[in-house]
Amino acid sequence: MRMRALRHAAAVVMLNAAGNFALSVGMKRAPVSAGPFLALLEPAALAGIVLLIAWLLLRLRLLQIADLSFVLPITAMGYILNAAMGAAFLGEHVSLTRWAGAALITGGAALTSLSPADSNPQSGGEAQGGGQ
Amino acid sequence: MTAQWLLVGAVVACTACADLLQSHGMRHGGARWKVPLSIVFLALSFFSFTQLLRIADLSFAVPATAASLVVETLLARLVLGEQVGWKRWGGALLAAAGVALLAL
Repeated sequence: MRMRALRHAAAVVMLNAAGNFALSVGMKRAPVSAGPFLALLEPAALAGIVLLIAWLLLRLRLLQIADLSFVLPITAMGYILNAAMGAAFLGEHVSLTRWAGAALITGGAALTSLSPADSNPQSGGEAQGGGQ
Repeated sequence: MTAQWLLVGAVVACTACADLLQSHGMRHGGARWKVPLSIVFLALSFFSFTQLLRIADLSFAVPATAASLVVETLLARLVLGEQVGWKRWGGALLAAAGVALLAL
């Protein structure tokens, strides 16, 4: 079960990075003359949108089989992976401060996930619904 | 540089509105109009993100939009009245520090 969730989480992170990557390529390849909407029709941008829709659906599936507090820190690795994709394939200069920024954000998401998911049971929602 | 941060601001503001509407709608009623309205904000957020990718590095755009973590934690406390413990404030602070590093 745990391996299945981990495999799923890895696929979610990679789909997100691939989607953002394709979107980035497409949006930059679109000619300046193309307006903000026409630029979205650039093939790479369209591919990015399709990949990001798939990412949303797969992430929903992951949330079905795993706790949110398991999902959040793992998928937060995406911040680092996106930076790595930019550096490796887009020729972006990722400075040390940028790497450190991405790492701090991932650490922040991991720390947040250590807190209980519902700290305010009086507010209604799942906590009350579960008791019925 | 300024245009980039303006678009980051648009992404963050729209994401925060969408998430607040969804959370409030699902827990305090009004889901029938709050959730559809949240989809509108999500669409605006995504559209702003695509325009951000047009002018900014991928390695800047994705981490910069994490500023929404900070804004949303603050709004969850102020608007939704959630109890935010030290781990969540700490997480938000780390994310804020990370975004601040991107601005250097």
